[in-house]
Amino acid sequence: MSLLWRTDGQAGRVVPPSGFTAHLLVFAAAAMAFLAVFALALSLASGRLAARWGDELAQSATIRIVAPLEQRDAQTEAALRILQTTAGVAFARALDTEEQQALLAPWFGPELDIENLPVPQLIEVIEEDTGFDAAGLRLRLAAEVPGAVLDDHTQWRAPLVEAADRLRLLGGISIVLLAVTMAAVVTLAANAALAANAQVIKVLRLVGATDQFIAQAFVRRFTGRALAGALGGTLLGMVAVLLLPPASDAGGFLTGLGFQGLEWALPLLIPLLAAVVAFGATGWSAKRVLGELA
Amino acid sequence: MIELENVAYSYSGGALFSDISLRLAPGSFHFLTGPSGAGKTTFLKLCYGALLPTAGQVTIFDKDLAALTRDDIAILRRRMGVVHQDCQFLDHLTLSENLALPLIASDRAAEDAQQDLEDLMAWVDLTHRADALPPELSGGERQRAALARGVIMSPDVIIADEPTGNVDWEMSQRLLRLLVELNKMGKTVLVATHDLSLIRAAKSQVQARVLRIASNRVQLAGADL
Repeated sequence: MSLLWRTDGQAGRVVPPSGFTAHLLVFAAAAMAFLAVFALALSLASGRLAARWGDELAQSATIRIVAPLEQRDAQTEAALRILQTTAGVAFARALDTEEQQALLAPWFGPELDIENLPVPQLIEVIEEDTGFDAAGLRLRLAAEVPGAVLDDHTQWRAPLVEAADRLRLLGGISIVLLAVTMAAVVTLAANAALAANAQVIKVLRLVGATDQFIAQAFVRRFTGRALAGALGGTLLGMVAVLLLPPASDAGGFLTGLGFQGLEWALPLLIPLLAAVVAFGATGWSAKRVLGELA
Repeated sequence: MIELENVAYSYSGGALFSDISLRLAPGSFHFLTGPSGAGKTTFLKLCYGALLPTAGQVTIFDKDLAALTRDDIAILRRRMGVVHQDCQFLDHLTLSENLALPLIASDRAAEDAQQDLEDLMAWVDLTHRADALPPELSGGERQRAALARGVIMSPDVIIADEPTGNVDWEMSQRLLRLLVELNKMGKTVLVATHDLSLIRAAKSQVQARVLRIASNRVQLAGADL
């Protein structure tokens, strides 16, 4: 490792410049890093989405009172009394007419007169951190408030959170696949360079160079190229993410693809990862080829 | 210094050497001669560890080559200056950088040996060609440069394979004088050549022994040389 960081650059110069191949490797590293930035953005956005959906829906529940108009108020009162004595319920209240009207407005318009319609009465339930026993509450409601239906949002929340988690996983897998592809590209390039420089290796061995010295000369070269390419690709990817439309409720998930706050530092790890991958891939390749050329 | 004991070497095609026992004493000067294809280069490679014998034992600086790793042999080779007929330079480096290669390969900063490098280039009369690339050099210049590179680490042994193979008579005499000079400085010298006139010329300058490869053996040559 020490030779890699030598400042005099003597060791690195023993490997001849390889022009076109070098440019291809830099380009490949840049492209991988560019894609990795987007995979990272996708993964982080999915994580945020899963957390938001989970947080927003996990701490609340709704009770619907589906009863004839003349029984609705009585059943609502009964349900609220039960909720007051239910462990894990922090707060419960019946939505007023305006609030219920606002909820239905997107479908029926703001002029809907719900006072005279058999619209269920909704009760908002806010849970304590410990949550409540949904099954027990259902049993009590069934016994005392026949028109009450408890919806603890599980059926909505679970698939949404699962979908977001899957997206996050896909983002992570993409980054791993990009790293593996990067390793494969660097290995191929290093193999080709080592084979093409068999004469250089022969000369270096003649003058007393150890395998470690020769390997490090190539490792240094390829790690530098991968680092440079990945740095360029990462910066371009970050600019592209920066230029995406800002997050908005109207845009939903698609406009939330980006980094927030300290997350902007994470893509800078991509060039380092690329350098580590190139370092390992070239080192492994050099060891193998030098063994074959012995 | 270099010792071969019952050494044999075989290619897939058959035996090249068998039962060779030989010792190159410190400070000695040996020529190795024989017809083309007799195995002079292979013999030299056995002497500097580029090849391992198929039987027997090669000992360099009291170390059995068979017991050493590739890296151990590389480190051992820093005490040996090897000069090839085709010189073997890195064409993308200048002459002075090529001469400094053994220093770089042994992790020594070439800057620390700048004076040695300049002295060596003056010794082989190549100071004016320091920045030239190897393909720009003449045959004689390349041979002298290869010799300079071979001795930059101040090795104990110089092994040269047909060092005068591609140069004219005058240049070969000049190279011979450099080799003799090194031997007088106490270096052990082993030179493979098919040029008998070079050997005859050397005998007037240095007490050299001549080894001849014949019939799969390496023997001391007689007075007919």
